[in-house]
Amino acid sequence: MAVYSTNEFRSGLKVMLDNDPCTIIENEFVKPGKGQAFNRVKIRNLKTARVIERTFKSGDTLEGADVVDVEMQYLYNDGEYRHFMMQDTFEQYQADAKIVGDAALWLKDQDMCTVTLWNDAPLAVTPANFVELEIVETDPGVRGDTSGGGGKPAKLATGAVVRVPLFVQQGEIIKVDTRTAEYISRVKE
Amino acid sequence: MLDRIRAFFAKRGVLEVETPLLSHASGTDPQLAFFTADYHAPPSTHTLFLQTSPEFAMKRLLAAGSGSIFQICKAFRNGEAGRFHNPEFTILEWYRVGFTLADLMDEITALFDDLFEGTLDLTVRSAYATVFAQYTGLDALTFSHQAYCEVAQRENLHDAINLCGDNHALWLDFLFSFCVQPHLGHNALQLIYDYPACQSSLARIKADNSSVTERVEAFIHGIELGNGFYELAYAPEQNARFEKEIATRAREKLPPAVKETRLIAALASGLPDCAGVAIGLDRVLMLLMKASAIADVVSFDISRA
Repeated sequence: MAVYSTNEFRSGLKVMLDNDPCTIIENEFVKPGKGQAFNRVKIRNLKTARVIERTFKSGDTLEGADVVDVEMQYLYNDGEYRHFMMQDTFEQYQADAKIVGDAALWLKDQDMCTVTLWNDAPLAVTPANFVELEIVETDPGVRGDTSGGGGKPAKLATGAVVRVPLFVQQGEIIKVDTRTAEYISRVKE
Repeated sequence: MLDRIRAFFAKRGVLEVETPLLSHASGTDPQLAFFTADYHAPPSTHTLFLQTSPEFAMKRLLAAGSGSIFQICKAFRNGEAGRFHNPEFTILEWYRVGFTLADLMDEITALFDDLFEGTLDLTVRSAYATVFAQYTGLDALTFSHQAYCEVAQRENLHDAINLCGDNHALWLDFLFSFCVQPHLGHNALQLIYDYPACQSSLARIKADNSSVTERVEAFIHGIELGNGFYELAYAPEQNARFEKEIATRAREKLPPAVKETRLIAALASGLPDCAGVAIGLDRVLMLLMKASAIADVVSFDISRA
């Protein structure tokens, strides 16, 4: 794998740090006029999603990490693992609950999502930015209510709970932004 | 800004000069990486260096009897690029014959008052050890590995322990950069003086206190703007510092420097007692324009040059 020097650290670069794959978020060059140059680097650990700050001497290197984001189709959940498939090769991958994490709240069978592979094994799963899911449980709305009010909680087919306007009914399909867990609109059949 | 600076020095009778950007010799400072260029003069080819600052050439003029001089020119430092760095940048450097460091600080203050037209608060002057103790609780002049490590732990800068080891100067660079500098010059020019002797560079060691050096640095909003010295004039001492830095470069496998023997000769012939300072004008312009990066105030930064 390639080796990267501090001046190649750019946002999005994947490197190995303390044996974990990480992505660089921010890299600031700090140098007193008459002193040692440092790089203060913000890094996200891709395993734990934790963001840490580290300092390097300028010119220090880190090994690159074999990390790629791949579009895959979510197939099904066998109880222990969730299964994903590459669209072009039909190659399948499985990931446990720890890896899938909160993405599980938004994964509907057959939907597309992004699977992050590290050394060809799933590391993380990111749902599509917008998903369409059915409401399986919510209080009945009152006639005349508009979208202006405070809303009410609604449970979706995947288990996620989002706030929806009062007029939205059980059994309807809604569009949700998975990054903020916010209701966007109703989806007409 | 440039017009104002020229008017400022014209009023004070300081002569504007121009010295070569290309030189047969380089700076020896292990912390400054230089650019080289090939000079073809058939049948031979020489390596020339782009200056990291106009200091050496200007000191040769001083030794030749120029009197007080200033220069606005480009300087080049290889590998330095970031929000506050561009490998090619504009320097204002001036030398005042007969000035002490205190006189020089007065003049730096006057120049910034002129440039910032009273938008800054009153200039603050602090000794290095005072601000260092204020923000870290440490004694900058006496190294204690354990005490320094404890501060690194407390400030969430654990990397310092591995990076700096037993190197006092490196520890000072590290802690000053991350714990002290961001606090300096809050809407004011802050001048830091009495640098520890291990950070003396081309400054004189203070006559009455050998643990500190006659060096001053200027900060506004946590940004380092310039560096001044009561200039070292004693040729053998300068020569010894060059040799030491060349040895350090060799040890750290840095590109070898070519010693500026003409400067040593000039010092030997007699450099008048003087104080000098260099200011990074791109950063000053950044502050005047309230810009957040050097790239915003130069026509094309290195990534687009």
